[in-house]
Amino acid sequence: MFSIFKREFKSYFTSVTGCIFIAFLLCFTGIYVTSINLRGGYASFEYVLSNIIIVFLLIVPLLTMRSFAEEKHTKTDQLLYSLPMSVTEVVLGKYLAMLAVFAIPVLIMAVYPVILSAFGYMAYKSAYLALFAFFILGAALIALGMFMSSLTESQVIAAVISFGALLLMYMMNGVASLIPASAVASLLCFCVLALLVGLILYSFTKNYAVSIGVFCLLVAGLIVFYLIDSSSFAGLFGSLLTYLAVFDRFTELTGGIFDVTAIVYLITFAVFFIYLTVQSVEKRRWS
Amino acid sequence: MIEVKNLVKRYGDHTAVNGISFTVEPGKIYGLLGPNGAGKSTTMNIVTGCLAATEGTVTVGGHDIFENPKAAKKCIGYLPELPPLYSDMTPEEYLTFVAEAKKVKSGYVGGQVREVMEITGLTEMKDRLIRNLSKGYKQRVGIAQAMLGSPEIIILDEPTVGLDPKQILEIRELIRKLGESKTVILSSHILAEISAVCERVMIISHGNLVANDTIEHLEELANRSDKLRISVRGEKDAIAERLGSIEGIISVSEDGENDGIVTFDLELVKEKDLRDDIFFAMAEIKCPIVSMQYEQTTLEDIFLALTDDDIRPDENGVLPTVEEILEGRAKKAKETSYEHMTDEELEALAKDDEISEDEEDSSEEDDSDDNNTDDGGDDDYKPLFGGN
Repeated sequence: MFSIFKREFKSYFTSVTGCIFIAFLLCFTGIYVTSINLRGGYASFEYVLSNIIIVFLLIVPLLTMRSFAEEKHTKTDQLLYSLPMSVTEVVLGKYLAMLAVFAIPVLIMAVYPVILSAFGYMAYKSAYLALFAFFILGAALIALGMFMSSLTESQVIAAVISFGALLLMYMMNGVASLIPASAVASLLCFCVLALLVGLILYSFTKNYAVSIGVFCLLVAGLIVFYLIDSSSFAGLFGSLLTYLAVFDRFTELTGGIFDVTAIVYLITFAVFFIYLTVQSVEKRRWS
Repeated sequence: MIEVKNLVKRYGDHTAVNGISFTVEPGKIYGLLGPNGAGKSTTMNIVTGCLAATEGTVTVGGHDIFENPKAAKKCIGYLPELPPLYSDMTPEEYLTFVAEAKKVKSGYVGGQVREVMEITGLTEMKDRLIRNLSKGYKQRVGIAQAMLGSPEIIILDEPTVGLDPKQILEIRELIRKLGESKTVILSSHILAEISAVCERVMIISHGNLVANDTIEHLEELANRSDKLRISVRGEKDAIAERLGSIEGIISVSEDGENDGIVTFDLELVKEKDLRDDIFFAMAEIKCPIVSMQYEQTTLEDIFLALTDDDIRPDENGVLPTVEEILEGRAKKAKETSYEHMTDEELEALAKDDEISEDEEDSSEEDDSDDNNTDDGGDDDYKPLFGGN
């Protein structure tokens, strides 16, 4: 795992990807710190962080797009498969390398509160906890991008679908507000979700019986729940979306309240997509 | 060392590997032969754990490749068809990475990397980016990578593709050297290479293992009797009669007459050199011998015979043995020796072939009607090179 980590980390700097990633993030932070903290006289670093998360939409795909797509494209994945190393180790090695690249600008950003304290009172605790949460948010999004990269052979496609997924995440709250609050609408949305699960299952297993079975089972379960207690369905899908909106969970954290459930959610999000990546890479051996 | 049992790999409806079983013994060089798409690379990929099998088991050094992959993969060094190289690294960096990933003890990494670079002749190129290396050097980096971690088995998928003749000789020498201490399996299209380097050959055709034998034994099987081609000037029947009376000649078949020179194919017993007897016999009837030549069945003939499209398992899934195939081929060759046919006969034969091919085509179309939406398009199609 360490050897993979080392190679990946180094390769981010032999190509310009790593440098562009770091430069981009630091440049944006600089602009926002100048305009909000220095020019605006607003003493909250958290506020800067909550404003710059939109940069993730661009830079996370930049960092993650090559991770697995390129290996598959140049057939170097065969080397990884033939090494005495499990797929989990390979995936973790790559993921940690990306985290390490991401950690560099975050560490540099940690200097800002210290500099800002020269101009007045600085709430270090909330600033650093927000920075920590910022790192965790990035880690979660990188895991998502890595998974997208493992799905395709082309870096461009990997970048585009990562961007799409991130954009959807970013607009999740807006999407949630579009969904009618009625119980029937929620039920329908859940059914669509069940259909999606069925389709994904089919694309992985190519087995009609299993995917249709799972879909029917999910829908049946939903309908049974709906019949038992239809009132609890009202607005359920919308609130679920709000709950799962990664970016908004982070914005809550910058408000000065350190919500542990949000952190746990972000970490779970990352672990979930790392797991999916392992499965997706493992699956390539079967096809 | 390696035990493969009943290996099957299916891609949807297509069966790439169809129940291959073999055992690889330590300290030998094995050659894997087969036409394009026969399933060589698939087999190698499964044995090295890069691909999962649909059915069957692979045991490497006593470890199952699916259940205990780490231990099994430690015994194998693998060079895939396309060397898996990171173009943004130098050979030295790359090999160091592979050595570390193969869990070579940190104290030995540098030494081992230097050693394999020395063996493969990469030392001069160690600081260039792999991207800028020529195909031959890339191939060498691939081979060096397979040797790292001192695995007991080295599997090379077409190791000499893209090399110049001098490099090919060097790589062959290298493989021979590796074979002294390790088990080597290599696949190749080049028969000369296999016969120059390998002790045993495994021939794969249409996903089936049709032969697994030493080269000598295969050639022996194909050359159970000597074949002699002889051209004599004189009366056809008299020569045939006189030849038939020589002891040790199994069969005499005439193969054309040209300007009073008759050519015969003789099948002789192996034990004795009959050329002297034939010479004196012909001298007796005053028919001068114009030429006389032994015909050897080479590995190439064997390969072509064994990988023929007609060779498929029967209804019970049993493949014909090598002997049966070679015998069948000898018979077929006799039946279809075109040289003594008249032009009309040849034309008739060509027509027959056309008809049977057309029939085959139409039956294929019936099977896969969804692939062929443009009906009748085939009739309008004119082949580029005038062939069928």
